[in-house]
Amino acid sequence: MAEVLVYVDHMDGAVRKPTLELLTLARRIGEPVAVAVGAGAENTASTLAEHGAARVLTHDASEYADYLVVPKVDALQAAYEAVSPAAVLVPSSAEGKEIAARLAVRIGSGIITDAVDLEAGDEGPVATQSVFAASYSTKSRVSKGTPVITVKPNSAPVEAAPAAGAVEALAVSFSAQATGTKVAARTPRESTGRPELTEAAIVVSGGRGVNGAGNFAIIEALADSLGAAVGASRAAVDAGWYPHTNQVGQTGKSVSPQLYIASGISGAIQHRAGMQTSKTIVAINKDSEAPIFDLVDYGVVGDLFEVVPQLTEEIKARKG
Amino acid sequence: MSLRIVVTVKYVPDATGDRHFAKDLTVDRDDVDGLLSELDEYAVEQALQIAENADDAEVTVLTVGPEDAKDALRKALSMGADKAIHVEDDDLHGTDVMGTSLVLAKAIEKAGYDLVISGMASTDGTAGVVPALLAERLGVPQVTLLSEVSVEDGVVTGRRDGDTASEQLEAQLPAVVSVTDQSGEARYPSFKGIMAAKKKPVQAWDLSDLDIEAEEVGLEGAWTKVDSATERPARTAGTIVTDEGEGGKQLAEFLASQKFI
Repeated sequence: MAEVLVYVDHMDGAVRKPTLELLTLARRIGEPVAVAVGAGAENTASTLAEHGAARVLTHDASEYADYLVVPKVDALQAAYEAVSPAAVLVPSSAEGKEIAARLAVRIGSGIITDAVDLEAGDEGPVATQSVFAASYSTKSRVSKGTPVITVKPNSAPVEAAPAAGAVEALAVSFSAQATGTKVAARTPRESTGRPELTEAAIVVSGGRGVNGAGNFAIIEALADSLGAAVGASRAAVDAGWYPHTNQVGQTGKSVSPQLYIASGISGAIQHRAGMQTSKTIVAINKDSEAPIFDLVDYGVVGDLFEVVPQLTEEIKARKG
Repeated sequence: MSLRIVVTVKYVPDATGDRHFAKDLTVDRDDVDGLLSELDEYAVEQALQIAENADDAEVTVLTVGPEDAKDALRKALSMGADKAIHVEDDDLHGTDVMGTSLVLAKAIEKAGYDLVISGMASTDGTAGVVPALLAERLGVPQVTLLSEVSVEDGVVTGRRDGDTASEQLEAQLPAVVSVTDQSGEARYPSFKGIMAAKKKPVQAWDLSDLDIEAEEVGLEGAWTKVDSATERPARTAGTIVTDEGEGGKQLAEFLASQKFI
């Protein structure tokens, strides 16, 4: 069976969920071969094996942490040359897309970014993308070279599919460009203890109606009652009420959770672009004319400062 | 020596308009107003600020696009860019991201550059990979997704805010930079700027000027093929209730019925 290269996103050996979703999609096309680089790369193997990786190619060097993107491109290219895969799949993070794009130039291939689904086809893998602020869905394929495709989080279920997951050392020689951009300092983001925004099953977001940084505590309380991630509209972020890393929308993250709760968000195109594909959408807004109500499965016209705390209390009571 | 800055910009259909696909599954540009992609305004802004802080600098805006794309160049010129290059050729219709990056890279090399600045993504295609593609094709450092950027003594530094960490980056020029919408509010063109822009030079290049064969670009030459585009069905109307004191509880009841609680 043809092999499919899967680039592993991990933190010191802990594999992130979108990579496991990629393994599910890779198995539709062929036999997954994972590529993990950087500190802790070898520790990814057991998790990857449980989810279908036949082989896990690993390499560690200080360059991966000390320089931006290019060392990882060199590694993925080395894996590509060693494996000659039928396709290369990379998680659609900011960095993942950059790695995939540079690899595509090097191997003379086309690239598809931000796929939300992937299936085998007669002329190679067919990728579904959600475009124009999710108002259209397109199906595309790479028509030149080996398909390089980046896939968004929450695009496939994580499935147990035990495989060998044999660890093999990957030989990587770094290119002249590898040390071009130095990471002079790195400040890790403080963990909030909440799920990653793009990976969360439930997202609770606040917008202009939250009316102040301090008031986001009631959004966070609702999120915590549901084990959800916290999002914010551009208006709330631009006002400085919540960090940009939590922004949902065209210039922030695009999310596709099982449940999206929008509080005090009007639903401008900028925001809709980032959440329109959520499975179930719920909104609380004072303005009954707010465009967000066109999208909802359930909406409450009312004051979020009344409705949200009551909802939080009720959820806690029901959960006991 | 003068610091040569090239800003890549894109003319896109207005995201607040009703965007559609044409019959050949390319973006329909006829039925929607076009404009300079909002995210590219941040790139123009940072280029102007870097130029203002340099002893001697020149800002060139570059676009690849149809006739109307001149509007995007005019906007950038009225903000304060010095000159513009418009790569236009009928054979470019339907070019994908790989082809676009090829054309941009050739044009940047022909124009001459020390620093390329791009926006974080276009507001229509939204892939966000052109800056990385340009760095790869030009063989220069990639310093991308910056929310802060500065240039001093031939070194570009900036802050890249990622999901897990905030990184301080540095690279020698020449380099390719991209900036996010957090990099600083873009200026509005002044009346004087708008008037001055009318007199600024806009150079027109076609594929032969860049030694690119028609087969390498366009719909036929694209590295990817779109097989179908389907309009997403409108979401079915949901239940809307007005809070009369029990709104939160009603919402909880709905969430429980959907097994979220």
